[in-house]
Amino acid sequence: MARAAVLGRLTWRVGTVAALRDETATARTIVLDVPGWPGHLAGQHVDVRLTAEDGYSTERSYSIASAPVDGQAGPPVVELTVQRLADGEVSPYLTQTLAVGYPLELRGPVGGWFVWNPDGPGSTRPVLLVAGGSGVVPLMAMIRERAAAGGRAPFRLIYSVRDPGALLYADELARRERAGDGLEVTYVYTRTAPPGSGQPTGRINAATLASAGWPPAESPAVFVCGPTGFVEAVADLLVRGGHGTGAIKTERFGPSGGKP
Amino acid sequence: MGIVSPGFSGRRRESSEKLPPGQYLVTDFPVLSAGPTPRVDTGRWELRITTETGQVHRWDWAAFQALPAEEPTVDIHCVTKWSKLGTHWRGVSLDTLLADVETSAGFATAKSYGGYTTNLPLADLVDGQAWVAFDFGGEPLEAEHGGPARLLVPHLYFWKSAKWLQGIDLSDHDTPGFWESLGYHNYGDPWREQRYWGD
Repeated sequence: MARAAVLGRLTWRVGTVAALRDETATARTIVLDVPGWPGHLAGQHVDVRLTAEDGYSTERSYSIASAPVDGQAGPPVVELTVQRLADGEVSPYLTQTLAVGYPLELRGPVGGWFVWNPDGPGSTRPVLLVAGGSGVVPLMAMIRERAAAGGRAPFRLIYSVRDPGALLYADELARRERAGDGLEVTYVYTRTAPPGSGQPTGRINAATLASAGWPPAESPAVFVCGPTGFVEAVADLLVRGGHGTGAIKTERFGPSGGKP
Repeated sequence: MGIVSPGFSGRRRESSEKLPPGQYLVTDFPVLSAGPTPRVDTGRWELRITTETGQVHRWDWAAFQALPAEEPTVDIHCVTKWSKLGTHWRGVSLDTLLADVETSAGFATAKSYGGYTTNLPLADLVDGQAWVAFDFGGEPLEAEHGGPARLLVPHLYFWKSAKWLQGIDLSDHDTPGFWESLGYHNYGDPWREQRYWGD
């Protein structure tokens, strides 16, 4: 499997929807068979193009949720998890209309910066992942990649969501954490905590990052992904907490769904 | 034309002549950057243009603000697909900044506080095509959008409009910048959809 962050020319490919999984009431994972897929790094994204019968077409970017290698033989699989936006043009199609067997045009992988590579230099450094809402998607690819590659870097995920119903990959994260091989997950609920948990609600703050993250002295690699306001706030807290700006990689998306 | 997506009609038909291929309109102002937002105090701010012979031209914030400013209204196009039309800026034209700069360089690298770089031909910075902007929509440019001052080169994808601009190095040689080294197109013309290497 090719591991180059960026290969040559990125041509449009036609994938076929192999399976669909509802992750929440408004988010769906699309499993695609993509013949000739060159492989990717955890954290990269693809461009998706939809075309109407009259020739009108439009494109969006979506993070890849699947690990580059899933540990199984067979054709490469690309999984995207798409959050439906109420006023969206593309996400309602991808989460409501698209069916198994449908074709979907995509090109990628795109982006050589917001990536975690188990074979790369510094791959044993501790990793802090901070997710806001569906910003967890590229971070999940990193968690899956770590497991698939047998990576030993200790991972901590701080995952901020509105309420338990908005959690993506809840069962899988719980299972992976129970495996006890170096993944720790801390959930932060901004509006409603799980019933009976007694957990307070609120936003990620300096105390959260200090207790659930890594001390700067451990030189963690930090990945922050979420809406712009979330990323701005968390990145500022991390810098003020003593983390080097060069160790913090961010990816942001606005209300419009525009995403690097 | 791509293959038809069964059941997709497209909710919007905003493919106005002002929208390059593959772009869609937004009314908000999304942010794209690779790391924490640098906070640059105008008291310590300096803009530097360095020629290919090493000659340095400097402006502190007061000297920069004393230069004649223009108020361009331009369309901006981000490689992540959003476009925003009719954005209103205030800034100093690169023609003004380069007026006393002796150079025969063909290329420029914009450098940012925080370490970001982006490269472009010098020809794309002159003749009324580029500004160092410090005001957006009538307000001082916010840090998350590149304040105190950012490059504004609206005819190229917006990553060429370096935020938190610190300086511009002129050179006889073209050196790929940050995104240009990470798979994004070296020139980035939205009308030719030059998003990635090989486009």
